Amino acid sequence: MELIVATSLGGLTAAGIYLVLRLRAFPVILGLTLLSYAVNVFVFATGRLTVGLPPVLNDDASAYTDPLPQALVLTAIVISFGMTAVLVLISLGAFLEAGDDRVNIKDETTGESDA
Amino acid sequence: MNHWIIAPVVLPAMVAPLIAYVMRHDIVLQRTASLLGAVLLTAVATGLFVLSADGSVHVYRLGDWPAPFGIVLVLDRLSALLILLTSVLGLIVLIHSVASGWDTRGRHFHALMQFQLMGICGAFLTGDAFNLFVLFEILLIASYGLTIHSGGKARLQSGLQYVIMNLAGSTLFLIALGTLYATTGTLNIADLSVKVREIPVEDAALVRVAAMLLMIVFAVKAALFPVQFWLPGTYANAPAPVAALFAIMTKVGAYAILRMHTIVFGPDAAAIGTLSQDWLMPAALITIAIGAFGVMGARRLMPLIAFAVLSSTGTLMLAVSAFTPYSAQAALYYLLHSTFAAAALFLFADLLLAKRRTGDLLKVAPATVQNGLLASLFFAGAIGIAGMPPLSGFLGKLLVLDALRVSDYTWLVWTVVLAGSLLTIVGFVRAGSLLFWKSTSADLAGPIEPEPEDEAPPVTKLGPLVVAPTMIMLAMLGLLTVFAGPVSRHMEATAGQLFDPSAYIGAVLEDQPDTKDLSAHGEAH
Repeated sequence: MELIVATSLGGLTAAGIYLVLRLRAFPVILGLTLLSYAVNVFVFATGRLTVGLPPVLNDDASAYTDPLPQALVLTAIVISFGMTAVLVLISLGAFLEAGDDRVNIKDETTGESDA
Repeated sequence: MNHWIIAPVVLPAMVAPLIAYVMRHDIVLQRTASLLGAVLLTAVATGLFVLSADGSVHVYRLGDWPAPFGIVLVLDRLSALLILLTSVLGLIVLIHSVASGWDTRGRHFHALMQFQLMGICGAFLTGDAFNLFVLFEILLIASYGLTIHSGGKARLQSGLQYVIMNLAGSTLFLIALGTLYATTGTLNIADLSVKVREIPVEDAALVRVAAMLLMIVFAVKAALFPVQFWLPGTYANAPAPVAALFAIMTKVGAYAILRMHTIVFGPDAAAIGTLSQDWLMPAALITIAIGAFGVMGARRLMPLIAFAVLSSTGTLMLAVSAFTPYSAQAALYYLLHSTFAAAALFLFADLLLAKRRTGDLLKVAPATVQNGLLASLFFAGAIGIAGMPPLSGFLGKLLVLDALRVSDYTWLVWTVVLAGSLLTIVGFVRAGSLLFWKSTSADLAGPIEPEPEDEAPPVTKLGPLVVAPTMIMLAMLGLLTVFAGPVSRHMEATAGQLFDPSAYIGAVLEDQPDTKDLSAHGEAH
């Protein structure tokens, strides 16, 4: 299971970084979403990978899984979701103002790209 | 338990939704509530500053849960000082944005401002690393709204870059926290300090990774090389009062490094050693150089100031990077100075741009009204940020240079700081003479100014209320200079507390009499 989690994390992160570096608003948003998926699973896994164990106190339980990363990842999911919404709106605004979804800005005085 | 400790977070958090939902149609009500909120915040911050001035560490346990299980807020000298700085800066910037009418050029300015103050104060107070992440997100999401306040193509595009940069930073922050939790099993800063010191050197690889990832995240906030490139664009395109408030934002990064990399990843932790110092110092030196070259190369006023801010952040981080009590004292004094100097310059830029026809391009144009007044404000601000006597920048840089005298790289550090200051001075002199001296004699320099004026220059003068916030900012620099002795003695005490974390750890982990009893749960199961 460690291998599956680790490779999928690596795949998500690699795809996310590639998309962020495309420097177009839509791929960048997708890339950041993939990165936040990867990071959420990563935070989830920091409490060690276990199967079928309860996170809360229970009279029948022999062992537990760490509940804290689950609480952390819940917060992280909410925050990254909200941030993605803000990002979508700002990039829409930038697209409508500039008529272009490039993330790097052209310097108007010289015409060179300085991002 | 003193409930006033959480007031700097709760107060703006209550005022902001009130402004956004109840008062959204009435700008006068919004302004009143926002200013009142900022005044109250300053009063609370002053009270907390007095409370912590005797060197005691006050802990606020949310929900009475004992640390390290519950979240704690910790008030010590450092956090009290920075909250006071934030609230004073926020109040002055608010007065400026009300007086100059910036708050009417878009919606929800005051609500975003209050959320911004909430996030910054919370980040300074929290004693929990994950809570620090959450409060960083609060201050960031408010800052996203403020950077694109009143819109426009350039502002939205640079705002987009700023958001993307910080979202990537937040992702790294979570990875760092995850790594840290996986190695230590806790995220409470005091508990982390204990746990990190228990890690043997041969198992230190993961925790060193976490320490460096956290440093990169904080470096993004502090705009340190190689992740500094968002700052000039964002600050130059943000509304000027917002850029003035953002003078404290780079300091949040500096604070986080100062807090985490002394108490948790301090040089006394065997697993970390001098790791933080080894990377921070070169990064700070390069940041100073980039800032100085940027000042020389800037063709517009706002980027010029933004690069000067970058350079002063570099100087601040250079002082932090030595990780000695004396260098931290110098860093804190310089932090106060650089915040007020940067804010004063951005507020000044707003005054000037409101009166200039040619925008903030650095070129000869007809003299503005009150040319003398604006020129003297620029002169004072430039002296402040470049670090020339008689203002506090000189004393701050002197302290920083003196604090770094004992390191092995004194020659390099002194060269970079002094050459950087020289370039900054030259850049500001060039800008000042273009903006003010040559402008008054624009008719003599006829060929340089080819374009005819299609409209008469605005003749309305700046009211006293519009100029006052800039003057107050500059007066702060004067006060810092006059009271340099008492201020730097207080900084010495603050730095001393930072480098003796036993009181901090003791207050958070040991001294918890009235908290909820968790042992009953343990026995039942």
